Amino acid sequence: MRSSQRRERAPLALKLAAGAGLAFLHLPILLIFLYAFTTEEKSYVFPPPGLTTKWFAVTLGRPDVWEAMGLSLRVAALSTVIALILGTLCAAAVSRSRFFGREAISLLVILPIALPGIITGISLRSAFSIMDIPFSTFTIVLGHATFCVVVVYNNAVARFRRTSASLLEASADLGANGFQTFRFVILPNIGTALLAGGMLAFALSFDEVIVTTFTAGQQQTLPIWMLEELVRPRQRPVTNVVAMFVVLITFLPILGAYYLTRSGEETAGGGK
Amino acid sequence: MTARPLLAAGPLERLSDLFWRRPPVLLTLLLIPPLLWLGIIYIGSLFALLAQSFFSIDEFSGLIQYELTLKTYGELLRPSNFDIIVRTVVMAACVTLASAVLSFPIAYYAARYARGRWKALFYLAVMLPLWSSYLVKIYAWKMILAKEGIVSWVVEGLGLGFILDALLGIPVLGGTSLSVSYIGTFIVFVYVWSPFMILPTQAALERVPGSLLEASGDLGAGRGQTFRHVILPLALPGIVAGSIFTFSLTLGDYIIPQVIGSSRLFIGQAVYAYQGTAGNIPLAAAFAVVPIVIMMLYLWVAKKQGAFDAL
Repeated sequence: MRSSQRRERAPLALKLAAGAGLAFLHLPILLIFLYAFTTEEKSYVFPPPGLTTKWFAVTLGRPDVWEAMGLSLRVAALSTVIALILGTLCAAAVSRSRFFGREAISLLVILPIALPGIITGISLRSAFSIMDIPFSTFTIVLGHATFCVVVVYNNAVARFRRTSASLLEASADLGANGFQTFRFVILPNIGTALLAGGMLAFALSFDEVIVTTFTAGQQQTLPIWMLEELVRPRQRPVTNVVAMFVVLITFLPILGAYYLTRSGEETAGGGK
Repeated sequence: MTARPLLAAGPLERLSDLFWRRPPVLLTLLLIPPLLWLGIIYIGSLFALLAQSFFSIDEFSGLIQYELTLKTYGELLRPSNFDIIVRTVVMAACVTLASAVLSFPIAYYAARYARGRWKALFYLAVMLPLWSSYLVKIYAWKMILAKEGIVSWVVEGLGLGFILDALLGIPVLGGTSLSVSYIGTFIVFVYVWSPFMILPTQAALERVPGSLLEASGDLGAGRGQTFRHVILPLALPGIVAGSIFTFSLTLGDYIIPQVIGSSRLFIGQAVYAYQGTAGNIPLAAAFAVVPIVIMMLYLWVAKKQGAFDAL
């Protein structure tokens, strides 16, 4: 009794430290929302001299922003589809049975995000140049899908682990063949986990810049457009607005993935 | 109404019978596509990179000589290049340490005191910064650290301008403003990578049974002693697991020091510069091998610490 009451109270210092840490993580993102409305064009002066919504209209009228956005969405969609297929296959194989090299396969899947992105990037680039592959949307997708597999894989493996083998046996006993079992038993069971994994993969690809700089050539995805602005700021107000939109666009899949998997112990997004 | 026979022998049924009787067939079929993709595209590219690092560049013609040599690795030891490696590793270590200190209270509170809705809220509060756009986060810090930005405004408002000036006056670490100093680079690295530390630390702390802490208290240990001798050793695998990310990500990053920092290079920037304008792919490849080797060593040590069980 006493111990459970004692657990309720955190020391004040701990509360302050945790609160300060969370504030440090969140305030900079909130600042993005403020700066999207600033009237200042030439500097990052704080506090903003005035607030306006005119930059939203300016940004919406910019063809380069739309083109970059379109390319990013295409790449993210394609990479997500490939990652969903490969990640699910891998998860199914690894969770179904124990076999020689099983550990090596999980390592292989994790490696593209465990090693720094610049290594994936320059490796792909040197492979492209050796094989004379010209840069295209396809080369970007090739890189993105490779590191998106792990997100789908993590979600799918966790769900497969919770899906009881007796369900599959019951399905077979009732006369279903393997494909029927997949369609009517396995898929409904892992569906939300795949959806969550897919959303995270989408967010990961949509935001990726380090690998992309090596595989894009002259093409501009939205993150590459932003990177240009970061290195050589030319149109700060437009960048401010784009930054705010990017924050909103990436938050939606994250919240969605969380909502879909929150009941289980394997809440999505734990590993990026 | 014709009832379908229960045990029809269509091609699909025969195929699924085969899978049932011989699991290795299905296993192989499942594994072929992902293994082909990751094996050819990813591992193949890694080998392409590795191979490049054993070539060298002709100093006069600037052309790559396709003969195996260790000359390029020797160049890494030149003082100017070796400085880059040391600088990056020191920065990665500092960032990892600071991330651990920053993350611990959050993880500890979330693991031991947050319950129900608070717990969910804490989880989201870690997830959102973790997943929000990398570039936008850097952009936000460019605004914050700029000379005319919010940090200067707050510091001036509090009349503490002399502290900021003293910080920026430190040789090597300082600079004309926070956004062009190592201090700025360090802050942004910690900001961007510390969320990766929180979740593994929290996972390790969740597994520390409350009764253990009570036992420690019953045996006469003070809060500090319990922390040092019970909580910290048990949380360590989680912290090491998190440090894999903070360390590796700092080692390879080339955008943060490029946008916020002094002009002195980090490994990532060196790789980028040598493969791009300089066209010295072998040296770029050799530089890229450095973080791989460091991370292999790091992972090996981490595995001994049991960090993989905490992932």
